[in-house]
Amino acid sequence: MQKRVVITGMGIYSCLGKTLDEVRDSLYHGKSGIIFDPVRKEMGFRSALTAYLEVPDLKKELSRSQRVYMPEQAKYAYCATIDALRNAGIDQDYLNTHDVGLLYGNDSSTVPNVKAVDTMREKKDTTLVGSGAIFQSMNSTVTMNLGCIFKLKGINLTVSGACASGSHAIGLGALLIQNGLQEMVVCGGAQEVNPWSIGSFDGISAFSIRENEPTKASRPFDRDRDGLVPGGGAATVIIESYESAIRRGAPILAEILSYGFSSNGDHISSPNVEGPSKSLMMAIRRAGIDVSEIGYINAHATSTHVGDTNEAKAIYNVIGDRRIEVTSTKSQTGHEMWMAGASEVIYSMLMMKNDFIAANLNFENPDEDSAKLLIPDKCIEKHFDTFLSNSFGFGGTNSTLIIRNM
Amino acid sequence: MEKNELIEKINEVLAEEFEVEVSAITPDADIKDTLELDSLSLVDMVALIESEFGVKIKGTEVSQVKTFGALYDFVYDKQNA
Repeated sequence: MQKRVVITGMGIYSCLGKTLDEVRDSLYHGKSGIIFDPVRKEMGFRSALTAYLEVPDLKKELSRSQRVYMPEQAKYAYCATIDALRNAGIDQDYLNTHDVGLLYGNDSSTVPNVKAVDTMREKKDTTLVGSGAIFQSMNSTVTMNLGCIFKLKGINLTVSGACASGSHAIGLGALLIQNGLQEMVVCGGAQEVNPWSIGSFDGISAFSIRENEPTKASRPFDRDRDGLVPGGGAATVIIESYESAIRRGAPILAEILSYGFSSNGDHISSPNVEGPSKSLMMAIRRAGIDVSEIGYINAHATSTHVGDTNEAKAIYNVIGDRRIEVTSTKSQTGHEMWMAGASEVIYSMLMMKNDFIAANLNFENPDEDSAKLLIPDKCIEKHFDTFLSNSFGFGGTNSTLIIRNM
Repeated sequence: MEKNELIEKINEVLAEEFEVEVSAITPDADIKDTLELDSLSLVDMVALIESEFGVKIKGTEVSQVKTFGALYDFVYDKQNA
């Protein structure tokens, strides 16, 4: 018999805020986290648009020997995780005495690699690269750092599934708990925010060039969208078996009903309709619910032409003419990539817990496919108890989570 | 650079990088103990001395440089060799 999996804690470090309350308010009021970064223009970027957030100074929280191995996204992840653990009522003593797992989405760590290579090329002396570079530059940097800092003793690995990484991390964590292999897993996603990591992305003209109106640039589903805006930060959810949560007297926030997934087996950057549809249908089937029970859909929609069109088609394939609100919070945050699947679960949770659906900003004119969906361009007050969150990534990886209020 | 000035500079960069009080750094004090260096952060100390003072402490020489006094002498002698 499979165990039920519940969410008992959340923490986030995002361009919409550093606390759950700040992020909730930003979502409610339709705040955009997007700015124009003049440095990128000087670097030859086609688009200088980006989400903005500061790298936290953790000198008071962590020792030098802990910080030296952490690139920026690991610092974001630390902030999100310490808040999520606190939110879940978990202290270090609990972590020391239980086999708590860690699955975190991350798919790049560019700056330490760039710095190390620059040093090796210039100095021709590998010692000068320093001790932090190897640990900062590996894809698993977030999980290796968090695992050591919080002294975690369960499964410990990074999920690299492009822009679906964070969602897959939560889904895989849920599977481990369902099958009794873990009682609790710290799950999340982290994304570095710096020009070096996304220059190559800019190079394939993936970004919006609406530079004169930064807050209007990310416009998922809108007819006049012209590309995504990169963002980042980190988001952590604490998931555990229902029995574990009850035993601890933990605050049970929601239940993960299901995880659906698929791979397009198609083009490396252009998504199709069949793959996402399959992921959606798998999630709904495994959740054992009727589509009409879904009160809100948090779309992956990144503000690219093909991506949004094909997702709109996939969603319509599955929900038909049912009037279920669909929005993309990327209209406020830009595309948080490796973090997005986790952060968007938290954004949706905050909406579900506070009875509203944040506006899909800049949705001024639908196109042929988005016109078939119910996409609110203003924040609406609505109570709902079940939401579905999509995350898709390069290479055609798809992940869908369905979560129910508790 | 005069030796006193060099010592002051070495103390300053080590204290800042390894987050210890300058007053904890004395000629007779053990470098690893004072700066709380493990095998990894020892690499950072060697890299810092090389980048700040242009003096490379080779792997075979590290074991000879146990105290700050030995480090001052090592760097001063190499700079003035």
